[in-house]
Amino acid sequence: MPNRGDKTLGRFALGRLVNSIPLVLGVIVVNFLLVSFAPGDPVTALIGDFPAPPEYVERVREQFGLDQPVHERLVRYVVNVARGDLGFSFANRLPVLDLVLERLGRTLVLMIVTVTFATTVGVALGVMAARKPHSAADAAATGIALAGYSIPVFWLGQILVIVFAVWLGLFPAGGMRSVRVTYTGLAALLDRARHMVLPMFALSFRYIAITTRLTRSSLLEVMNSDYILAARARGISERRVLWEHGLRAAALPIITVIGYSFAFIVAGSALVETVFGWPGVGRLMYDSIFTRDYPVMLGILLVVSLSVIVVNLLTDIAYALFDPRVRY
Amino acid sequence: MNGPVRDFWLQFRRNRLGMVGLALVLLLAAVALLAPVLAPVDPFRTSRQALLPPMSPGFLLGSDHLGRDVLSGVIWGSRVSLLVGLAAAATATFIGIVVGAVSGFFGGWVDELVMRVSELFQIIPRFVLALIVVSFFGSGLSNLILVIGILSWPQTARIVRSQFLRHRALPYVDSARVLGMKPLRIMFAEILPNVLAPVIVVASLDIAQAILMEASLGFFGLGDPNLRSWGGMLNTAQGFVQRAWWMSVFPGIGISLAVLGFNLLGDGINEATDPRLREG
Repeated sequence: MPNRGDKTLGRFALGRLVNSIPLVLGVIVVNFLLVSFAPGDPVTALIGDFPAPPEYVERVREQFGLDQPVHERLVRYVVNVARGDLGFSFANRLPVLDLVLERLGRTLVLMIVTVTFATTVGVALGVMAARKPHSAADAAATGIALAGYSIPVFWLGQILVIVFAVWLGLFPAGGMRSVRVTYTGLAALLDRARHMVLPMFALSFRYIAITTRLTRSSLLEVMNSDYILAARARGISERRVLWEHGLRAAALPIITVIGYSFAFIVAGSALVETVFGWPGVGRLMYDSIFTRDYPVMLGILLVVSLSVIVVNLLTDIAYALFDPRVRY
Repeated sequence: MNGPVRDFWLQFRRNRLGMVGLALVLLLAAVALLAPVLAPVDPFRTSRQALLPPMSPGFLLGSDHLGRDVLSGVIWGSRVSLLVGLAAAATATFIGIVVGAVSGFFGGWVDELVMRVSELFQIIPRFVLALIVVSFFGSGLSNLILVIGILSWPQTARIVRSQFLRHRALPYVDSARVLGMKPLRIMFAEILPNVLAPVIVVASLDIAQAILMEASLGFFGLGDPNLRSWGGMLNTAQGFVQRAWWMSVFPGIGISLAVLGFNLLGDGINEATDPRLREG
């Protein structure tokens, strides 16, 4: 990260915001290209493989200028997207944007819980490993990291269902809440939490691996630096040196990686939601593939890509807030 | 074995995890090559003995809902994973080298454009994009390889670019210029051999990622319908998790070991070629 000198946080955030405009346009153009190069009639990509009323088909042709030259179509596409018009899903009988945003909310709940859990566990494991390099704890952390990078998340989900839902009966196998019993108040909340445990574990594993590895390597680097030596020389307890001085510096790369891995979490979430029938945006993607509901698929790609840009922006701001070298 | 390869091997051999990775990769290759000999039956052959548990006579790892042999499916599935992994990573490496070399060697607006495009590729979730492209254009084997390969080039390109940026200012490149070599020859005959080590490391990790991606697409029902693949088997298994755990367990072990193998191999090569990572 370059030295930003005396820039204020507001100006920094504004600068990053301006920088993301070409990316937003790029994302829209990629979507446009997919519509244009889809095999067969491009109107299918905008409507889906669903018997739509002929008047509607004609209106979409008109609205997106499908008989016009390419540059004209691109402009119309950008205008339509900018107005929030991502088309209508006949399979779900809802406007695509409403549908995707509703599902995205449920995916975000799962993701936030997962990231919180994974970061906590990963940092703890990383600290344990870094305190005694080449110990049993270190070997265990390495093992978890290797497994996390190699085990497919959807398979882990299936195994968790088999062991903890089918064999042990400890947790429900899928869904977001119980269907047969209606709970209220605290019981409803607990019911939801119970449904979230297994998908959260499945989705967490890879991020535990990433944060463990990262915490370990950045802590090892920080703990060998001069200011840690100075802190120890001042007689500050080893525990405080580790948690207050060491971890604060190690937090920066961790924040960056978590923020920037949002795009990967979305992919993992799509797979986990499919295993657990979690009614989020990933499950919607799975269903849209089978109903050939192209506008929904493209809408998901667009909304998710834009969320990645937003999360990256927030990550940069969080980084600036945490970085002790920045003054406002 | 000549000098550098021998040196590399002597370093690599000392890395225990790297050797485990190599062993896993060789095992995968052996199973894939010998599939017709190793598999007890045709992996597509159905029978009336549906959903048999493992250790049943004739079905060592059990059978699926159509009475197909799980063991034969797992053995033949290794071919799909290995082929897609190797071919997609080769595609990605090729594109990455060309794009990265041009970008790093010439700089300027070409470099700017390439960097913006690779940034875009980082933002758009690859898996979602792959799902859309494959469901538009079909999920045949060559489509899968192309899509995964084309979506995976940016990392190689960034590494090649940064290496080229560094090398183009070094004396040996200057002397090649003074000798009147054409830019293409300088790029691919002079610089490229010097920057191959990190490219090979990324390629190995790319194979692992491509295997995971193919399995994920297969799990979403977008695998090659004419082949038994591990992802496709897990797609079928999803409907039977309550009744037939063996349909899930064995193909998943296959994927995990294959991905682990290439990950360990990549890490091992990295440690053997990067002097900073060598221990003692």
